Amino acid sequence: MAALTEIRWHGRGGQGAKTAALLLADVAFNTGKHVQGFPEYGPERMGAPITAYDRISDTEIRVHSNIYEPDYVAVVDDTLLHSVDVTKGLKSTGAILINTEKKREEILPLLGGYQGAVYMLNAHDVCMKTMGKYFPNTPMLAAMVKISGVMDTEVFLKEMEESLAHKFAKKPEVLAGNMAALKLALTEVE
Amino acid sequence: MAIRTRMSGNEAIAEAIRQIDPDVMPAFPITPSTEIPQFVSTMIANGVIDTEFIPVESEHSAMSAAIGASAAGARTLTATSSAGLAFMWEVVYVAASSRLPIVMALVNRGLTGPLNINAEHSDSMGARDSGWIQIYAENNQEAYDNMLQAYRIAEHADVHLPVMICQDGFITSHAVENISLLEDEPVRRFVGEYHPEHYLLKQGEPMAVGPYAVSNYCMEAKKAQAEAMIRAKKVILEVAGEFEKLSGRSYGYYEAYRLEDAEYAVVAIGSVCGTAKDAIDQLREQGVKAGLLKIRVFRPFPGEEFAEALRGCRAVAIMDRCESYSAQGGPLGAELTAAMYRAKVQAETVNIVYGLSGRDVTVGDIRQVFADLQSLAAGEKTFEQYPYIGLRE
Repeated sequence: MAALTEIRWHGRGGQGAKTAALLLADVAFNTGKHVQGFPEYGPERMGAPITAYDRISDTEIRVHSNIYEPDYVAVVDDTLLHSVDVTKGLKSTGAILINTEKKREEILPLLGGYQGAVYMLNAHDVCMKTMGKYFPNTPMLAAMVKISGVMDTEVFLKEMEESLAHKFAKKPEVLAGNMAALKLALTEVE
Repeated sequence: MAIRTRMSGNEAIAEAIRQIDPDVMPAFPITPSTEIPQFVSTMIANGVIDTEFIPVESEHSAMSAAIGASAAGARTLTATSSAGLAFMWEVVYVAASSRLPIVMALVNRGLTGPLNINAEHSDSMGARDSGWIQIYAENNQEAYDNMLQAYRIAEHADVHLPVMICQDGFITSHAVENISLLEDEPVRRFVGEYHPEHYLLKQGEPMAVGPYAVSNYCMEAKKAQAEAMIRAKKVILEVAGEFEKLSGRSYGYYEAYRLEDAEYAVVAIGSVCGTAKDAIDQLREQGVKAGLLKIRVFRPFPGEEFAEALRGCRAVAIMDRCESYSAQGGPLGAELTAAMYRAKVQAETVNIVYGLSGRDVTVGDIRQVFADLQSLAAGEKTFEQYPYIGLRE
């Protein structure tokens, strides 16, 4: 993994793209990294396109600007592919991860000729099989960890188990579903 | 032992508040500082701290309640942003002239027109003549560290002035980054208990706070207030020195980054300084003698010290995240160039307006500023009086 990894998240307000970015910063921090996780705020409201960012580094992060040439991009909602230039600045050595129920040949023409790796995940399917509710950020987070290699997936699962157990201390019944979603996403992303 | 963790700038301020455990916090929520009263009221509800939170119906009432609480003898806190500070306006001056050591966690956001919620310094810069001490942070770490030092400065017998602890809205207030926290006990020992000498609830010493002052006495009161601001300079350094012993982190009026032998310097306030440091490291690798003067203390304005730090430079870009509509430039530009003139520091200067309403500033933008400074020093290029950077074409 490079000394600095930069990730951009595209989602719609309410889908948890910002939460996914902050969770990724959290788990990367727990593996000893320097991190920066931050949202870009506009007139945010449910359903409006939002962007969030992660920097994960071996050394101190001082820069405080948005990310224009990310290593990886995650698209939490495939309807954004029609309205947002999600591959803008994306390094061809990197990859894009898209949450979609569509087929690969339907998605590829919407990526502006992007030359790098394209990964897809049916987060809806993963969520319904494991949690029974649609929270796409949970499986997308796992898939991003896998494709970016920012940490070992076993370490990731262990960190997430501790972090979710803490977060859902008052709702322990949701822990198993969340963990199952993370694990299934790791195998389903392709 | 330092505690390695990660949190946003607003969380860092809330963590400092938890450790300080002030007596009273009146506040009214406004983006992007809303999380601060939210976190504090949660801590109070959970019994973590016993601060008295006063939910008020406006920022004017928040500052009025803060004045009442502080005058009564309570260690008092509030938090706000942008229009919230503007709405406090009348009483912000009263807090300072009544010599009340209130601390305000200010999360910088532009004043309205057009309506926008993002980072800009027009709110605090608008209040620069209100008599409050102003200390600015580059990141969450500095916001936390400055907050821990605030009451020591405000309550010092030579000062007795309110303090604003400023950080950039969203850019640092909502960004989760690594931070090193101090343990509770050393922080409590450092901040100390508040035992005011004079206060409204003191038995046997009836007093008035904020009465009418006739012309025969009012000017003396203002001069005394101005003298306190001058004395604050020494206190700010003393407190920073003690804080360094506690934390290992060094603070002063400014941070000089690779400035000692710099020919070209950027002077700026807040989160853009981290971006400038990355730009400077890149330029240094190419042999360009670039440096940064990061302003930490804007009120009082240590103009002599700032000017001295720039003495060896050929060209200086003074960067304002604020438009003052003076047709001359921004507030930092005006005050710093005046200080440089008095100190006979002869560098070429350009006053740049940047980052208004949260407009992003990149490493490339700062590198371009240094390229322009090189052209300016070489006499190859002249500039308009105060250019904007990052404007749409």
